[in-house]
Amino acid sequence: MQPTFSSSRILLPARPWFVHLTVILAFLLNCLPTGNWPGVPDWVALVLCFWGVRESRLVGMGWGFVLGLAMDVADGSLMGQHALAYVLVAYAAAALSRRVLWFPLLTQALHVLPILVGAEVLQLAIRAWAGAEPPSLYFLATPLVATVLWVPVTYLLLLPQYQPVERDANRPI
Amino acid sequence: MDHQPPPFFKRGPAPLALLSIYLGLSVSLLVLDHRFHYLELLRKGIATVVLPLQEAVQAPLRAMTGVGSYFYTVDVLKGENQDLQRRHLEDAAALARVQQLETENQRLRRLLDMRERLATSGKVAQIIYGNRDPFTRRVVVDKGSQSGLTLGQPVIDDVGVIGQVTRLYPFLAEVTLITDKDQAVPVQVVRNGLRSVVFGLGNGALELRYMPANADVQNGDVLVTSGLDGVFPAGFPVAKVVRIERDASYTFARIICVPLAGVEQHGEVLVINPAPTAPPRPEPEVKSDPDDKAVERAMNKSNKLKKARQGRN
Repeated sequence: MQPTFSSSRILLPARPWFVHLTVILAFLLNCLPTGNWPGVPDWVALVLCFWGVRESRLVGMGWGFVLGLAMDVADGSLMGQHALAYVLVAYAAAALSRRVLWFPLLTQALHVLPILVGAEVLQLAIRAWAGAEPPSLYFLATPLVATVLWVPVTYLLLLPQYQPVERDANRPI
Repeated sequence: MDHQPPPFFKRGPAPLALLSIYLGLSVSLLVLDHRFHYLELLRKGIATVVLPLQEAVQAPLRAMTGVGSYFYTVDVLKGENQDLQRRHLEDAAALARVQQLETENQRLRRLLDMRERLATSGKVAQIIYGNRDPFTRRVVVDKGSQSGLTLGQPVIDDVGVIGQVTRLYPFLAEVTLITDKDQAVPVQVVRNGLRSVVFGLGNGALELRYMPANADVQNGDVLVTSGLDGVFPAGFPVAKVVRIERDASYTFARIICVPLAGVEQHGEVLVINPAPTAPPRPEPEVKSDPDDKAVERAMNKSNKLKKARQGRN
């Protein structure tokens, strides 16, 4: 696979244990108390979306559902709130995967933005249905920040798949 | 011949089918949790895995903030020690007086044949973290059902009430703060003993609801728990009135208060043992005679008929 479909660079195949490890690390990042700060993204949604686009067979809706339940318990929110959002994120990412990878990274980020915003708004709608007061508009900053982070996260998570460029001075092509 | 597709074409169920299964599961979980509260067992099961992870992740951070306190100079510590000793002495005198007053109070109450107020005691717990959920105001403390906590116990800090235990795990408990939306605390105004209920607004403030527009409440009035609910012991400070809007077109005044206790701060709290159960309420009069029911049914019927007739007219 290439970094983007139009790139001529060939990546090593993704290692399944690394993919699963990053998803679990994202969950642990979400468990940090920084989650209350405005603008700190939902790491699980971001990483799920990333691997949903790249390796939708390794990390899909099943992972989204399980992580969502774990997140619901860790947050003390309604059971199923995060699960619903993450399942939809994983599905949307997998559905977009054929298209998104043709674009350069910044345009990819623009494709991801509606998915992440949708996940946040869905959670807001669920809480409104359950009778909670909507929080300040800061919470809409989190998907925006996550979108900006799409570029660095791509480089970071693809890092183990890059191989050194071999320049062979003697080879004709 | 039997042609099977090679195994690398097998991709499991179609994505849409999977999606609908997971969506159905999530939505039914949502409804079960919100409407019927059936999922506490499932939540506890998942919590045994997730909460230790969460604590392990936060432990280094807590240790880091704790390290800062090691670098106090000896001077500061000495000064603080002296200060504490002085305050301890002052408090000891006050405490002796309080004990004497309490025994006197009990004796007098016994003389007057009133119910004795029981001394409140509790368990000290530490707030570990606030919830990440931006929609609710809850904190998690480091004592759980293993330490003998029960659901509904009031939680106070050194100033006043901060909340109530609403969810129990074996080694942790979730406390809903009084500022959480629609969290209610029965209170009375210290100045004149006016009874009411204060509700959280969800934005850090509290509201005193259902007070008539001409109620005797002033800015700066202090509200304490009234103890009428049998959950919160009487007399703990809850909030202070900061704004009153009296509008003649509304039946009720709009009274905004701020909590007195450090509701949004982290630190040590005291989980108070539940108040002794109050004598049961008198039963409302129950009409159980079959004749009565028949009469009631007949009246309902005639009412319906009347309404229908009015509608036709």
